[in-house]
Amino acid sequence: MPPRKPPALPGLDGPGIMREARKLLGARIEQPSRRAFLQRTLSLGGLALLSGCNLSDDDSVERALAAVSRFNDRVQGWLFDPGQLAPTYPESMITRPFPFNAYYGIEDVPRVDEADFRLELAGLVGDKRPWRLAQLRAMPQVDQVTRHICVEGWSAIGKWGGVRFADFLRQVGADVQARYVGFKCADDYYTSIDMATALHPQTLLALTYDGQPLPPEYGFPMKLRMPTKLGYKNPKHIQAIYVTNTFLGGYWEDQGYNWFGGS
Amino acid sequence: MATSLHACSQTGATADARTIHPAWLRLTHWLNALAVLVMIASGWRIYNASPLFGFAFPSGFTLGGWLGGALQWHFAGMWLLVGNGLLYLAVNLACGRLPRRFLPLSPRSIAADAGAALRGRLSHADPGQYNAVQRLAYLFVMLDIAVLVLSGLVLWKSVQFETLRVLLGGYETARRVHFLAMALLAAFVAVHVLMAALVPRTLLAMIKGK
Repeated sequence: MPPRKPPALPGLDGPGIMREARKLLGARIEQPSRRAFLQRTLSLGGLALLSGCNLSDDDSVERALAAVSRFNDRVQGWLFDPGQLAPTYPESMITRPFPFNAYYGIEDVPRVDEADFRLELAGLVGDKRPWRLAQLRAMPQVDQVTRHICVEGWSAIGKWGGVRFADFLRQVGADVQARYVGFKCADDYYTSIDMATALHPQTLLALTYDGQPLPPEYGFPMKLRMPTKLGYKNPKHIQAIYVTNTFLGGYWEDQGYNWFGGS
Repeated sequence: MATSLHACSQTGATADARTIHPAWLRLTHWLNALAVLVMIASGWRIYNASPLFGFAFPSGFTLGGWLGGALQWHFAGMWLLVGNGLLYLAVNLACGRLPRRFLPLSPRSIAADAGAALRGRLSHADPGQYNAVQRLAYLFVMLDIAVLVLSGLVLWKSVQFETLRVLLGGYETARRVHFLAMALLAAFVAVHVLMAALVPRTLLAMIKGK
């Protein structure tokens, strides 16, 4: 008899297990760079493990599903109307307390020191001088109460304030014809978005939450708040912004979440 | 045009008089069955990521392995569900089959046939004719899938499909509509499969056409 394939384990939540392991490991390792290295190694090990216990033909199914997801990115880019605004709400409808959400527990929220903080710029940007928070606060500020929709399905209404991202991009001489804007964050999170959404009038480089400086758990020193995108597309603790024509994916997107992730 | 209409008509010269379900109908039926299975199983996994109500679906009945995988299945399955559903409706309407097979339908005929069915006296002498309960059930499931697609569009693109969002009472209400329509679809599938098991001739007709 030919050797039988190992049975697939139904109900084994591979990425879920890895996420859990990352959370547990992340909590034990203080140094962010060391944590990032270990987490990446863990993903490689996890991948090897997964291909070992899944049926081999799952690979082609996964590739096909990923291809459909990229096709859906294009469809969403085509559906996206740059002038279509997300609904706004009265302050009385704000969800209190607003839920904390990240790929780690609240005890691992990074603490960024404002005195040392510089926002770095890279890629297709005319003026790459780093920014201090005070300079961003000196720009015209906008407040908006919008619905945050999580990929998990739940939603919550919050109030964010800050600089219109389109104003900021034009201020630094970014090439707004470029395709993508990418973000690197103090919690090792990273993501990238389409330029049309970056220039949307409701896309804010948020510095405040509910009228107060952005608290650490909501992304101090700044978060990109887009009411036209799902929560995981809204990076917190932003340290660097880059403008590029090269597709870069993102933390969750590289694991299978849809890249456009827009509503 | 005339030949293509004949090709999808049971009474046309090109179709066998004994044909109950033409080939295009059987094909779209089974593709729809596959799409519904994929959408429900992956939808249950997505639901489990943040249960709306006080329960979760058993992992063994879900598809995708984790939230990201389930979302990929759901947003791939939607193309099959919608594309195949539109093809089904287009051919059905073009052939005039929809009104011929599903109408007329009156509350009285539904009550009479439902009563007969419950007493085990509903005749299946002519499998080419749907009884009133079948007509109601199949028209209902068409409408229910349409509601699922429309509420799903609101969940997927709540900003872009503003009119639809407002019509469905906003994002959070659309979640509940989507769930309720799924529950009704799952109930339909359960009864539909049970009935096909009780009257196997109908299952054979959907496979072989006669």
